[in-house]
Amino acid sequence: MRAFKHLIYGGLLAAAISPAMADDGEKIYKQGGSQPGALACVTCHMPDGKGMDAGGFPKIAGDSAVYLSKQIHDFKKGLRENAIMLPIASALTEEEIKAVTQYMSSLDKVQVPEITRAKTPEGLGEQLAIRGDWSRSIPECVACHGPGGVGVGDTFPPLAGQGAKYLAAQLHAWQQGTRKNDQNDLMGHIARSLTEEEIIAVADYFAGLGK
Amino acid sequence: MKKLLVSIFALTAISTAIAAPIAMEDQSQLKPAPSKAESEQYHLPPLEADLPDNAFGVMVRKGHAIFVDTKRQVPELVGNGLNCVNCHLDQGRLANSAPMWGAYTMYPAYRKKNDKVNTYAERIQGCFQFSMDGTPPAADSETMTALTTFSYWLATGAPSGVKTPGSGYPDVAQPEGGYDIANGKNIYAEQCAVCHSADGLGQKVGENYVFPPLWGKSSFNWGAGMHRINTAASFIKANMPLGKGGTLSDKEAWDVAAFMNSHERPQDPRLVEGDIEKTRVKFHANDGVNLYGETVNGVLIGQGVK
Repeated sequence: MRAFKHLIYGGLLAAAISPAMADDGEKIYKQGGSQPGALACVTCHMPDGKGMDAGGFPKIAGDSAVYLSKQIHDFKKGLRENAIMLPIASALTEEEIKAVTQYMSSLDKVQVPEITRAKTPEGLGEQLAIRGDWSRSIPECVACHGPGGVGVGDTFPPLAGQGAKYLAAQLHAWQQGTRKNDQNDLMGHIARSLTEEEIIAVADYFAGLGK
Repeated sequence: MKKLLVSIFALTAISTAIAAPIAMEDQSQLKPAPSKAESEQYHLPPLEADLPDNAFGVMVRKGHAIFVDTKRQVPELVGNGLNCVNCHLDQGRLANSAPMWGAYTMYPAYRKKNDKVNTYAERIQGCFQFSMDGTPPAADSETMTALTTFSYWLATGAPSGVKTPGSGYPDVAQPEGGYDIANGKNIYAEQCAVCHSADGLGQKVGENYVFPPLWGKSSFNWGAGMHRINTAASFIKANMPLGKGGTLSDKEAWDVAAFMNSHERPQDPRLVEGDIEKTRVKFHANDGVNLYGETVNGVLIGQGVK
């Protein structure tokens, strides 16, 4: 029985990393999914996955596949309201979501310089990033998103090298309740405490880190 | 049949709430901080931007760096994966998170933990031996000078020898009927696992922890103050989840603290003759509420992990 179980797990693992799936992911990314409405990701997220911030389209290259998959599901569920992504996310099959997020995750991620909390912050953006403002219960961004905003695990996405317009838009979405897909309002309550000036400063700061 | 009996026993054991009196607080001379009057402000430490550009300022910055980035700055002194700032939030500045301005002004003080009057340097050495599971810096080392100077600077203008509001962690009374480890497990899954991970071992980026391990070989050892359920409950209630302090009920804080401190961690470095029971009697029996040397669900707690 145990040997059988191992066989099944082994088989699943092999399937998960089989070249066929990676090819599928790349195909979906570049040409779209099987159903109408599942538009090609490449149009907005670009061939290298670095996005196009002028249009607010985020970098997805090298992000956790689990994180990306959750976002696509959350667009479908309306936990992230987005007129462009809702129809696309809804048109992707489960298999396609799995394949395409694995492909996105395999793209080269941005290189993030090592910035520790020992640094003396320069400017408002860096002040919030590595010091926070505990008088308003705002933790340091890096306390959850990692040093330099490199991202941690499958839950806390990278901020470094992400588009400034996109980052600011997410903080606004949390303020307005059009994005509410965080656990226990951990991000929402912070976003609601930030001023407009702070949102712009911290978005610019992380956008400027890592290329 | 035997298996079934064991399971039933385990179920009974974890569903029974455990009540124990708090026999003794470690720093017996240091009474709990008075609560703050509505009109009163917590001590405001000076601003980083106002640090003087001289030798004193350089030493404060060095102490700050060690405080927020301990593992990387003084790797030879840290035996686990923790940094000072894990238990003293906001770079040691935050009220009710055992701020350094609250600690600095209360030493020298008598501590039952080692039955003598301790200097501030000796108190910091205790942190390194237990909370950091490492090697205490010498009293005349630059590391100690830096940490002491940093603390002194934070305490600028604070009264000395008086417990000021916001120092330490505000005591949270044990809930009536005691604590419930099984319920703590549920609270942990709902509130804590997203950062500290489902297995409690924290999350790293590269070599360094972003979210500190709460138990296991890279966490604080069985001699650290945080191993007391009452101390951990007080820290958690005031400060966790990060940025959302004060949102758990007293009972939730106690339950999840008990769940955390029912897991193994590095052995108490004061282990007496290699014997857990002797160590329990000497160092843990009168040290707040803790599970060292107790048996929970048929397992002896306090065996240590390497």
